[in-house]
Amino acid sequence: MATIYIDHKAYEVTPGKNVLETCLTLGFDLPYFCWHPAMGSVGACRQCAIKLFKDEEDTKGRLVMSCMETVKDNMYLSIEDPSARAFRTQVIEWLMTNHPHDCAVCDEGGSCHLQDMTVMTGHNYRRFQFPKRSYKNQYLGPFINHEMNRCIQCYRCVRFYKDYAGGKDLDVFAAHNHVYFGRAADGTLESEFSGNLAEVCPTGVFTDKSLKSHYTRKWDMTMAPSICQHCSLGCNIIAGERYGELRQITNRYNGAVNGYFICDRGRFGYEFVNSINRIQQPLVRAHIPEPADKDSLYRQLAIILTKHRTIGIASPRASLEANFALRQLVGKENFYQGVSETEAQLMRNILLTLNAGHTHSPSLKETEAADVVFILGEDLTNSAPMLALAVRQAIRKVPFEKAAQISIPTWHDAALRELAQEEKGELFIAYPTKTKLDELAGKPLHLSPDEIARLGYAVAAYLNTNSPAPEGLSKHSLKLARHIADSLKKAKNSLIICGTSLFNEAIINAATNIAMALSGEEKKANLSFIVPECNSMGLAMMDAPSLTYAMEALENRDIDTVIVLENDLYRRGGKKEIDLLLEQRKNLVVLDHLHHETSNKASILIPVATFAEAEGTIVNNEGRAQRFFQVFSPKNENFRESWSWLDEFRQFQNGISPEELQEPGNLLAGMVRLMPQFKGVDTLSPAADFRISGQKIPREPHRYSGRTAMLANINVSEPKPPEDHHSALSFTMEGYKGMPPAPLIPFFWAPGWNSVQSVNKYQTEVGGSLRGGDPGERLFSEIRSAERRYQNHIPPTFIPSAGEWLILPLPHIFGSEELSIYSPGINERSPKPYIAINRKDAKNLNAVENDLVQLRIQDQSYFLPVRIMEELPEGLAGIPYQIPGLTGISWPAKGILTKGNT
Amino acid sequence: MERPLTQHINFNRSSLNLKDYQSVGGYQAVEKALTSMAPGDITKMVIEADLKGRGGAGFSTGTKWSFVPMNTLGQTKYLIANADEMEPGTFKDRMLLEGNPHQLIEGMIVAAYAIQANISYVFLRWAYKKAAWLIKHAIEEAYTAGYLGKNILGSGFNLEMHLHTGIGRYMCGEETALLNALEGKRATPRTKPPFPQVSGLFGKPTIVNNVETLCNIPHIVNHGADWFKDLSPGSDAGTKIYGISGRVNKPGLWELPMGTTVRELLETHAGGMKKGVSFRAVLPGGASTDFLVEEHLDVKMDYKSIAAAGSRLGTGTMIVLDDQTCPVGFIHNLEHFFAQESCGWCTPCREGLPWTEKILLSIENGTGRPEDLELLEMHTKHLGPGNTFCALAPGAMEPLQSGLKYFRADFEKHIKEKKCPWR
Repeated sequence: MATIYIDHKAYEVTPGKNVLETCLTLGFDLPYFCWHPAMGSVGACRQCAIKLFKDEEDTKGRLVMSCMETVKDNMYLSIEDPSARAFRTQVIEWLMTNHPHDCAVCDEGGSCHLQDMTVMTGHNYRRFQFPKRSYKNQYLGPFINHEMNRCIQCYRCVRFYKDYAGGKDLDVFAAHNHVYFGRAADGTLESEFSGNLAEVCPTGVFTDKSLKSHYTRKWDMTMAPSICQHCSLGCNIIAGERYGELRQITNRYNGAVNGYFICDRGRFGYEFVNSINRIQQPLVRAHIPEPADKDSLYRQLAIILTKHRTIGIASPRASLEANFALRQLVGKENFYQGVSETEAQLMRNILLTLNAGHTHSPSLKETEAADVVFILGEDLTNSAPMLALAVRQAIRKVPFEKAAQISIPTWHDAALRELAQEEKGELFIAYPTKTKLDELAGKPLHLSPDEIARLGYAVAAYLNTNSPAPEGLSKHSLKLARHIADSLKKAKNSLIICGTSLFNEAIINAATNIAMALSGEEKKANLSFIVPECNSMGLAMMDAPSLTYAMEALENRDIDTVIVLENDLYRRGGKKEIDLLLEQRKNLVVLDHLHHETSNKASILIPVATFAEAEGTIVNNEGRAQRFFQVFSPKNENFRESWSWLDEFRQFQNGISPEELQEPGNLLAGMVRLMPQFKGVDTLSPAADFRISGQKIPREPHRYSGRTAMLANINVSEPKPPEDHHSALSFTMEGYKGMPPAPLIPFFWAPGWNSVQSVNKYQTEVGGSLRGGDPGERLFSEIRSAERRYQNHIPPTFIPSAGEWLILPLPHIFGSEELSIYSPGINERSPKPYIAINRKDAKNLNAVENDLVQLRIQDQSYFLPVRIMEELPEGLAGIPYQIPGLTGISWPAKGILTKGNT
Repeated sequence: MERPLTQHINFNRSSLNLKDYQSVGGYQAVEKALTSMAPGDITKMVIEADLKGRGGAGFSTGTKWSFVPMNTLGQTKYLIANADEMEPGTFKDRMLLEGNPHQLIEGMIVAAYAIQANISYVFLRWAYKKAAWLIKHAIEEAYTAGYLGKNILGSGFNLEMHLHTGIGRYMCGEETALLNALEGKRATPRTKPPFPQVSGLFGKPTIVNNVETLCNIPHIVNHGADWFKDLSPGSDAGTKIYGISGRVNKPGLWELPMGTTVRELLETHAGGMKKGVSFRAVLPGGASTDFLVEEHLDVKMDYKSIAAAGSRLGTGTMIVLDDQTCPVGFIHNLEHFFAQESCGWCTPCREGLPWTEKILLSIENGTGRPEDLELLEMHTKHLGPGNTFCALAPGAMEPLQSGLKYFRADFEKHIKEKKCPWR
C-alpha cells in the first residue's frame, strides 16, 4: 500500500493505479471525460487536473492530469487547490463554447455526464460571444441516433468502437476545432456493440434510438435489476418502464460478468415485451380459440388436469422457478426438457465436464486474462457476442506484458497501444466459415464440424498421450495441431472455447480433452461452453429427458394432456415430428407470452409475463445462477409469471378451490431441497422481507415526476401503487435512498452523478466488484469429483457425399434468437434467408450468387438465394439459424440442393 | 570564422551531389565512425560537444541518444530526421536540405550507428518539393555508393533510409505526432513518458532529430567535441543558422557562432530596417516565441540568454515587427495559424486557440470589448505548459502574452477607438 496526501489528509491506497481512479475510489468528486474505467487513460480532455506537490514543503506545486499520474508512496496532491479548480472550470467553459443549450430536448438530459461535470465545476456564465460551430448529423442505422453538435470531443466513442470493440466504420475526421466523429458516409453502424456508444458518450451525441421512439427521462422510469434473456452469457442489465411499456435496456455493471458493456442484441432486443403479438388473455379452444374468464378456464383445467395423464415440456428460456413449478405440477416422471435429444445430449456432456471439475469454467472477466485462445466450432460474435468482446481484450492485452518492463502502467491506454501496435496474443479459430474474430487469429481454419473435432482431438493427443489421437489426419493438419498444442502448452492462462452451435458432440468432447490435457494438478485450464439459450444450463441441470422421450411417452402411455411452458417446439425439432407430437394429444396447454406456431395449436392458451414482468432465476453458460426482478406490474392482469399460474394449477389439482388459491411459497427453497445441485439459488438476493431502515428499495428514482398526473385523464385520485410480495423492491419512489445491496440495484445514481458514470460509487474500487460482492452464484464447485477420463468417440474423416450436403446452422446475432427479432431494429438488421455454399459446389450446381436453389431437408423444401462463401469446405451448406421462415428443422441436418426453377 | 554547416552551400550553382560532397570530405565521418568508433563513443562525443537540439527545444542531443536501450541485439530501432519545417518565419532546414542533402544523410547514418538503428526516415514537409527530389536522389546515390543498405563499408552495420513526405500539418513537427503520422495515424501527439527513445515508431526505440542537429554530427565526428565547443565564444556550443524576415533591408539566413547578438544579426547581417520603418519588436525563434523589444537588442542568441530575456531561442529564425504594422493584426495572424493547426486532441488547445483568434479579430475589426483583454490573459495563463497535451498551445501563447505586455496600449486603443489605428 502507498500513503498519499490529498489536501493534507492521508489515505492508504494501492500503488500503481492512476490518481484519477484512486480519487474516485476514495469517493472524491473529480470531473473527467476522456478516461473510462474499461478503456484507461489518454489525457486528452484535461478535465481531471489537480495539483501535484514535490513534497510536504512545496506550496506551489504543478498542475497535472490525475488520469496520467501513477500513484506512488508519499504523493502530495490537492483537488481543492484554487488554480486547479479554476483550470477545471475553464476546461468546462471551453467545452461549452460550442455545446448547444438544448438539454431540455436532449435525450441525455437528466442522465448526462456533461451536465453533471458542468455543475460539479461550477461553470455557469457564458463569456464566449461568437457563433457556435455546427455539423451535419448522420443516419447511423436503427439503433443509434447521431447529434454531432453536442460533441465535446472526448474521443471515447472511437476509442470504444475502434480500439476496444474492433469496429471499422466509425472514426474521427478533420482537425482543430472541427473534428468530427462519425462514419465516412451515412449508414448503419456495423459493430455488434454499437449501442454502448450511448453509454460511453458523455453527452447526447450518440443516443439510443429505440428509446427515442418512446422516450422518457431516466428519472421517470421504473427500473429493476435484470438479466439479459437473449443468449447464454447472462449479462446483467437494467430495464426501465413507463406507462406499462418497457422503454430501455442499459448495462448493469457486474465486475465478474459483463463489466461496462452489453451487445446490441441485449440492448435493443427488449421490444417483444411491448409487441402486439403478445397473448393478451387466456384462450380456450372449442372450435375456434375463444377468450376465457378465470372461471371457465379453471372449469376446463379441472377436466383435463388429471394426475399421471399429463406431461410437462419445459423450456431453456423459462426461469428455474417456472420450470420447477411445471415439474411440481406434472411430477418428476412426467417432466421433459423442451429441447431435442441432440441438444440434451450436448448439454449432458457439458454438465459432465463442469461437474467433473478438472477444468475451469471462466467468467467473462476471467476470459479477458487469457493469453492463448482456441475456439472450436463457434462464431462467437453471433452466438455469444460479449464473449467475443472479452476474447478481443484478452488477445489485445498479451503484448502489454512488455509494457511493465519499460514502466508503462496498465491503465495508460495510449502508450500501451503505441507499444503493442499490431502485436497480439495467439488466437486459433476452427469454424466452417469466416468469423469476425478471424482478423485477430493467425490463420483461421475453415473446417467441417467433424474435422474441427478431429483437429481438436489431435491437439489434445499432442498435449497428453492418454488422449486418443485421430487417424488419417493429413500431415498439414498434424503440423497445425502440434503448433496449436505447443502454443497452448506455453500459455500461462490458456482458454478453450466450444459450444452447441454446430450440434456436434465430437467438438465438445475434443475441446474437453484439450482442456483436460492442459490442466495440471495445480492449475486448471479454462474451458468455456457456449450453450443455446439464457437458461439452457439451468434446464439441463434439472436432468430431465428430452423431447424424443416425450414423444415416446405419448406413443406408449395413456397421456391425454401436454403442457408446454414458454416454448415454441417448432424451434426444437423437425416440423413433421413436432406436428406429430402436438397432434397425438387430446389437450395442449401452452403458457407463453407471444403467439407462435406451437401456441397456435393450443387448446388452452395462457398468457404469461415476460422477464420484465416477472421475477426469476436463470443459470448462464458459466454455471452462474443470477436473479432478475420484475420491472413493472403489467396493466394486463393476465400477464402473470408462469410459475404463479403453474403453482395455482398444482393447488387446484390438489383440490383447492379457485377462491382459496394461495400465493406460491418459496419455490426456490423447495427446489434446492429436491435438487441439491441448485444449492445457493435460493439465497442469490436478500429475501422479500429484507428492509434497510425499515424500508424497501424503490424502483423509481426520487425525482420520478408526474406520478399524480400520469393517470389523471382516467382518474384524478392517485391509485395505490402495486405491491411486490416477492422481492425487497417496491414499485414506488418511496423507500431507502441509499445504496442498496448489489443484487438489488435498480439503477445507478449518486448525488451529483446522474449518468451511468455513477457506477464508480457502487464499486469497492473503480473497475472492481460491486460493494458487497458481484451478484450471482456459481453452481459448480469445481472440486475434482471424478477420474480424469478422456473422450474417445473420434468421428471419421468428413467426406462430402455426392448430392447430399451437410447443412450448417449459421447463427446471426440479429435474427437467430426467438424474442429479440420482435424489435423492429433487430428485425431490420436480421439477414434475409440464404444458402451459403462454396464456389466449387455452386459451380457443380450451375448456380451463381443470388441464384435460387432448392433445399430439400426433412421433407420440407425451401427456395433460397445462393451466397458464395469461398472459405466454406466442400459438401457443406450453411443457412441462417432459426431466422423466421427457417425454423422447423431438426439439427444436425442433411439436405439435398438442386438449382431452383424460378 | 568557420561555417561547417553551410561552407559548401552555394545557391548560385546546383546542390552537391555525391561526388561533389565526397570531394569536399563528405562521408569521412561515416567511415571514421563505422570503422573505428564504438556506438557509445559517438554518443559520448556528442554529449561532450554539448550539441543541443536545433528544432527549438534545445535538449542535449547526445543525452537524448543515451536513453535508447543498447543491449538489444536484433531489435528494430529507428532514426528519424525531422524535416517537417513548418514554424512560421523559419526556413533554415530548407537551406540545408536543398543546399547539401548528403550532409544530412551522413549525419543520419552516424546517428543511426550511434543508437544502432537499422531503419531511418526523412520526414519532410510536403511543400518542400525541391528538397524531396534532391533527398530522394541523394538517398539513391548513397545506396549505390554503399553508405546505405546492408553491411555498410564492411562494418556489419545495416541501415535502410526512406523519404516520407507529410501532408502539411504543423503538428507533425512535434516529434510524437510525427511518429503517429509516419505510422499512418492521425497526427496527434503522444504522452511522454514513455519517451520515443524506448517506445517510438511502431512501438520501437526511436530517435527524432532536427535536420540542422543531424547536419552537425559529421563535423563533430570529424573534428571532435572541443573543436565544436570552440566554434562559439558563448555558453552554447557550435554554430547556429540564424535567419531574419520582416521589413529589413536584407532578409536571409546566416550561419554564425552560437550567441551572436540580436543587434549584430539585425544591423550587420540584415542591413538594418528598411527606409521609413523602424524596429518595434522581434520574435527571436519563430512564431511560437515571446516578443523581444528594443531593450533586448544586445541579448545573445543562445538558449540561456534568450530565456533570461523572457523568450526562447526556438529555431533561431527571427520575425521582425516594425512600427508600420499593427501588432494586434500581426498576433491575430499568428493565432489564426495556430488555431488552424491545432490537432483537436486536447480541449484547451482545440477550443481555446479559436477563441483567442476570434477575440483578436474582433479587436482588430473594432468590435472588441475591454473585458476581452481579460479573456486573452486568461488564455495565456490556462494554455501554459503542462496544462495542454503538447507544446503547441503554450507556444501559441508566447507571442500573445508578450504582445499583451509590450503592446497593451495598442490593444486598448483598438478597443477605445473601435477601429485599427493602422488602417
